[in-house]
Amino acid sequence: MKHTIHVTVNGTDYSVSVDPGRTLNELIREDLNLTGTKLGCGTGDCGACTVMVDGRTVSSCLTLAVDVDGKQITTIEGLAVSGEELHPIQEAFIDKGAIQCGFCTPGMEMSALHLLSHNPNPTDSEIRNALSGNLCRCTGYTKIVDAVHCAAEKMASGKTEGGL
Amino acid sequence: MSIGKFEHFKPRTLGDAVELLNKYGPGARVIAGGTDLMVKMRLRAVSPEVLVSLKNIPDLDTITVDPKQGLTIGATALLADVAAHPGIRKYFPAVAAAANDTANIQVRNMGTVVGNLCNASPSADNAPTLLVMGATVHIIGAKGKRELPLADFFKGPGLTALAPGEIVTAVSVPPPPPNTGVVYLSFSGRGKLDCSTVGVGALITLDAGTCKTVRVAIGACAPTPMRAPGAEKLLTGNAVDETLLRSASRKAAEETKPIDDLRASAAYRLKVVEVITYRVLTEACGIARQ
Repeated sequence: MKHTIHVTVNGTDYSVSVDPGRTLNELIREDLNLTGTKLGCGTGDCGACTVMVDGRTVSSCLTLAVDVDGKQITTIEGLAVSGEELHPIQEAFIDKGAIQCGFCTPGMEMSALHLLSHNPNPTDSEIRNALSGNLCRCTGYTKIVDAVHCAAEKMASGKTEGGL
Repeated sequence: MSIGKFEHFKPRTLGDAVELLNKYGPGARVIAGGTDLMVKMRLRAVSPEVLVSLKNIPDLDTITVDPKQGLTIGATALLADVAAHPGIRKYFPAVAAAANDTANIQVRNMGTVVGNLCNASPSADNAPTLLVMGATVHIIGAKGKRELPLADFFKGPGLTALAPGEIVTAVSVPPPPPNTGVVYLSFSGRGKLDCSTVGVGALITLDAGTCKTVRVAIGACAPTPMRAPGAEKLLTGNAVDETLLRSASRKAAEETKPIDDLRASAAYRLKVVEVITYRVLTEACGIARQ
């Protein structure tokens, strides 16, 4: 039996009819065509599918769409509020060369957002801990850590008005 | 790969949840955070016909902390919320630390402490601490409510003492006695993030430098999280010194029955469990002396 769910994704309200077996990842990517969120391992190990649900990062591959009924979801497409100017986290990842193939980047940036919204001035080890649920197989962690420091500075100086 | 076809129910009361489980029988499974069940479904290790979600039952995520009455963690309380709870961190710090050592941030934002127990993995990070603290599992079923010591809950990998149609509603622990240290340490290949290769919890109550009460529980080294009674016996009633702690750690390792698997060989686990047990016992004694 299909369920009708109401979700707000990046500020837009949607009513969608979903099978109980539909994951949040499938809802976002296939029903809403927001393909910035990736699907990696499908078992909650790699973090490529990370999105925010009610302000907390979750693995969208392990979340059922029926369980996000009534919730607020932010995906990588919603990180930059205007949709034109980049969010400081995105700017920092570019500035610091923290992107190689880019597959892990949306998940990394959502985890960075979760960290910086709780801890605006993290240490190296706090950043590594906060990103430990996200794997980069190009092994670019050092530049990613640099990028999060840089994003923290940008957000503190209010250089760009951030999303969340 | 899809996670399969099933019906999904979101009951608003525990009574309705129990009724649904009994109506649909063995094809029905309880789901809370789903971080273990969804993986098993994706791998086709289980293929439930019906999922009964506990997440819409009001107040089932309640955490109550009282230094005199103890700690109760509701079935849908998130690992992240247990790890960050100021009262748990103050009065039951090892419980918060074990929750924080479970998986990664995303999984802790979805998964629950009670779910970690119900999944009954031998490596369940929350089991050793709760075992040494003498936790009680609160259960509801068609015949009403019952309580079970956590020590009697684990029956094998993925197996618990739950009867068909029963739901764990909470886990509770009494406050530790004065002069007590409780510590949990785990070790795994990817920091503390993937399933633990070895996890050890210990509770030590000291009386003028002598071990009054000792409990040691070890994860990922037997078909269920296990106690180490031989090590406990070596320590109980004796004055703590390094030699005694080293002997007890060796004894604890001898009591385990580890296997070779993808995370470590049995031989490696035997070495690591001895080292981790020594660290845990030393740290617990240090806290007990404060």
